[in-house]
Amino acid sequence: MFKTVIPFGPQHPVLPEPIHLKLTVEDERITEAIPSLGFVHRGLERLADLRDFHQMIQVVERVCGICSMIHAVCYCQGIEELMAVEVPPRAKFLRVIWSELHRIHSHLLWLGLFADSFGFESLFMQFWRIREKIMDINEATTGNRVIISVNVVGGVRRDLSHAQIKWVLSELQMIEQDIKRLENTMLSDYTIKKRTVGKGLLTAPQASELGAVGPTLRGSGVAQDIRQTGYAAYGELDFEPVVETDGDCYARCKVRFRETLASIDLILQAIANLPAGETRQKVKGRPEGETVTRVEQPRGELLYYIKANGNKNLERLRIRTPTFANIPALLTMLPGMWLSDVPVIVLSIDPCISCTER
Amino acid sequence: MFKMTPNVLRNLISKKATRRYPRQVRPPYESVRGELRNDSTQCNLCGACALKCPSQCITVDKTAGTWTCDPFACVYCGVCVDTCPAQSLTQKREYRPPAVERQTIFMQGEPRKKTKTPEAVESG
Repeated sequence: MFKTVIPFGPQHPVLPEPIHLKLTVEDERITEAIPSLGFVHRGLERLADLRDFHQMIQVVERVCGICSMIHAVCYCQGIEELMAVEVPPRAKFLRVIWSELHRIHSHLLWLGLFADSFGFESLFMQFWRIREKIMDINEATTGNRVIISVNVVGGVRRDLSHAQIKWVLSELQMIEQDIKRLENTMLSDYTIKKRTVGKGLLTAPQASELGAVGPTLRGSGVAQDIRQTGYAAYGELDFEPVVETDGDCYARCKVRFRETLASIDLILQAIANLPAGETRQKVKGRPEGETVTRVEQPRGELLYYIKANGNKNLERLRIRTPTFANIPALLTMLPGMWLSDVPVIVLSIDPCISCTER
Repeated sequence: MFKMTPNVLRNLISKKATRRYPRQVRPPYESVRGELRNDSTQCNLCGACALKCPSQCITVDKTAGTWTCDPFACVYCGVCVDTCPAQSLTQKREYRPPAVERQTIFMQGEPRKKTKTPEAVESG
């Protein structure tokens, strides 16, 4: 049988961002996949030399266009650790609320794109319609829709008023109902199962060995979530990671769908336990030393390495994003699959290429 | 596909999720971070906004008494508004409409503080 090499991407209808896969196929079965990255590299880590450590918050928020809030939380946590700043409890809870709102809208965006990848466009529109309500909550409570820019070293810049909390609760109730209405379609439809069950298999030992993170790892049955470490206010909330054991595209889809509902529950808990008090601790001085911080992004574990030497600019900032960790797992999933399943499998890891290339 | 039918039927009788923008515009929320404005009567040209701005879109020339903002470089983070000691900076609730030409938000003030009524010129 002849081997044929077919390029997949960087421009492809199913890919929101550019990644190139060189697929070797025999007949229509994939035998090998080689990725190439670097189409959207922006050199944001290097900007640490030019912007001071406060201004870097707005820079790291722009690493990812979907989970910007969570990037800023991770960065601020690192700087706060270096400067020994105690964040007020209310700020910690507010960070959880906005982080979970970002997780919901990221997962809803993915669920829509995933439906679109196997040609279910009306389901795509249903999910994105729900997502628009989350954007409205972000805009009303923080001022911006996606890159909400509320984090500062030592707390948050915005507070939730009593009236806003009441409105957010009523909106969340409607959002939960809307999502549950689509549960029957997303999780038990014949056509969706036909395109996703058994595709892109990744066993639990493979996932652990390849260093997969986030829903890709939890879809293979490994219950690992950085929120279990209890950063921000997660330690004070009742939280269990969502796990599926099948390890295929369908399992990863189920994990993300159930995580949206789990995130709503976390927001409700955080609002119920929201302590009164200050939202921001005044910060003086400059950071010194080095640290590693981790948080859970919608796509998995996000890691920041920060090295500071007492100047206003950081000496080194290194960001490892979850998609980078999931690409080896993706390359293991692809061999043996049909060429027509590639879009579904590639999307199943929720690739965020802008994050990966920074 | 039959699992989707109840949703399709509900969509038929529910109201539209979209609106006919720009003819129909949703009123902006209370605390939206929109276009930047500088009140020339309060600004003392200290330059704190230009120093703190993460996208470096603000230029303050103390000798000429000018304050300039490039709205296309602005990221609407509101850091300048938070840091302004004279509280002369505000953000409108509306976003800047798209434009085909590059524009600046410009304020001409007097370089010396003792001038009470600097002349404000805005081009947009």
